Parts: sequence; structure tokens; C-alpha cells
Amino acid sequence: MSLDVGLNSYLLLGALLFVCGALCMATKRNAIGVLIGVELVLNGANINFVAFARYNPAFEIEGQVFALFVIVMAAAEAAIALAIVLNFYNNHMTVDVDNAEELKG
Amino acid sequence: MALQNFLFWTIAALTGLCAIAVVVTQNIVRAAAWLLFTLAGTAGIYFLIGADFVGGTQLIIYVGGILVLVVFGVMLTAQGPFVTMKTHAAEWGVAMVVGVLLLTVLVTTILRTAWSPPAEARMNDAANSVSSVRLGEGFLGFDRVAPAAALTGIGESEQVVHATGTRDAGQRPQFHERNRVAYLLPFEIISVHLLVVLIGAAYLARAKRRQGAAS
Repeated sequence: MSLDVGLNSYLLLGALLFVCGALCMATKRNAIGVLIGVELVLNGANINFVAFARYNPAFEIEGQVFALFVIVMAAAEAAIALAIVLNFYNNHMTVDVDNAEELKG
Repeated sequence: MALQNFLFWTIAALTGLCAIAVVVTQNIVRAAAWLLFTLAGTAGIYFLIGADFVGGTQLIIYVGGILVLVVFGVMLTAQGPFVTMKTHAAEWGVAMVVGVLLLTVLVTTILRTAWSPPAEARMNDAANSVSSVRLGEGFLGFDRVAPAAALTGIGESEQVVHATGTRDAGQRPQFHERNRVAYLLPFEIISVHLLVVLIGAAYLARAKRRQGAAS
């Protein structure tokens, strides 16, 4: 792999962020830690969108527009998720996702 | 070019290390702080790639909005044991194996895929990047940046390359009347959607607390 920056470099960075986010979602017991993992995953996807917007002429507008949509969607998702976490904390006095087992079959 | 390479690899390494630190650290406050640096590094990547509007939006919404939300969430729920909640060692082992396997799959796929046309001129020319002006023109559906029926771009790439290649400075953008792809309406819809969601989240977080205090 050469040192020149190309499409692959951005995709590799996006893949690293995605894997970190997935691991964060899987290993954190704090509900807010899970939320942080979701943000990392969305960032990794966003880097891919913007990189394809730059390096593929057919997507030069679409990539950035969809990246903007993803950012706005992430903001909405964070707000809703935090409201849910606060409600859970008020009801259970904990933010450990392992304790959210009332719907377990 | 050397400066761009240096900047990219520096910012990418810092961003990747901060992302790994988010996963590794057990302290939720530190995870939020590492997330701040990761998001700022991603914004730097966007600026470097020429997507200045997306980078600015990333800074404003992610670093300015979402991170503040996360930090408030941490502060409202941070009580003794929850700040450092340990993950079991067995879970760490499984997670690491899965993560390394997933990363291997992704990296092999990226490196082995022959990505469609490697437009060298676009890569190394900052003048060809989509600035916020051209992004705004794309929102409005100007013909220069949003050719007809280029929504998916499949099978249209030659035509699009031609259209962008013959762009000259003095030419006024043509407003394409039929079949144009404009993103202004979706953008407005998603902004109203964000407003609705924020109001709903505020209501959701407020009403329950009042109920909890009453009971």
C-alpha cells in the first residue's frame, strides 16, 4: 500500500471507525457508552459517503447530501436515545443495559 | 501533495487512536472526551477532502450538539458505580476476536475491490472538490452540478464526467426544468424532522420526571 492518499485510505479509516463503534456497542454496559458506539458507526459510514463523493464523479453531490442527512439523523437519534436513557435511569436508578431485562422471554 | 499526505495520515492516525481509546477506556466521562477528539478529527478529514460544508456541519451538530447531549446524559446519570462500569474479561475476549475478524473482512474487501474509475485528476485537484457553493447549487437542482436522472449515477458516469469536465468559469448554471434532482425539499423535510424529534425528546425526558417526582 502506497503512502499516497486515495479512496482506499478514507475507506480504511471509515472501516476502523465502524469496527470501533461496533465493539463499543457490544462491550459497553453503560447505555450512554452504547450511544457513543452508535455515533462512531455513523461517523465511519459518513466518511465513506464523503470519500465517494470526492472520488466518484457520479456521486459528487449525492455523497455530501447523504452525509448531511446522516448527521441530522444522528442528532435526532441521540436526542431520542438520551431521553430513553434518562427515563430508564429515573425508573430503575441504573444505566446498566444488562438490567433492562423486563421484556426478556 | 506531500503536505496533503502528511496531514491526512496525521489526522487519520489521531482519529483512529481516539476511536480505539473510546472503546478501550472504562470511564464513561473519558469515553465522551475521546469521542470529542474523534469527531473533531473526522471534521478535519472532511475539510481535507474538500467537503467544507459537511465539515462545518459536523463541527456544529456533532461536536456542538450531540456531544453536549452526551455529556449532559453522563452528568445526569453519573453516580459512583456507573462512571466506571467494568466489562467482563470474557466479553472482552469475544469482542476482540469478533472485532479483529470484522476489521480483517472489511480491510480485505476494501483493498481487493477494484473501485470504479480512478479519476486521478479529481483526486489531486482541490479546484474540483464540491465546495459549499456547488453543494447549494445541487440543492437547487442546477443543471451544472445535478444532471438529469443522475440520482443513482449507475450507467451515467461517463455523461457526468463529461458534464463536469466541460465546466467553465464564465458559464451561468442552467436550471434544468424537467427530471432534475434537487435536494432542497428533502433537506427541508429532514430539518423539520429534526425539530419534531427534538421537541419530542424534550417532552419525553420531561414528562416522566414530573411523573416520577409526583409518585
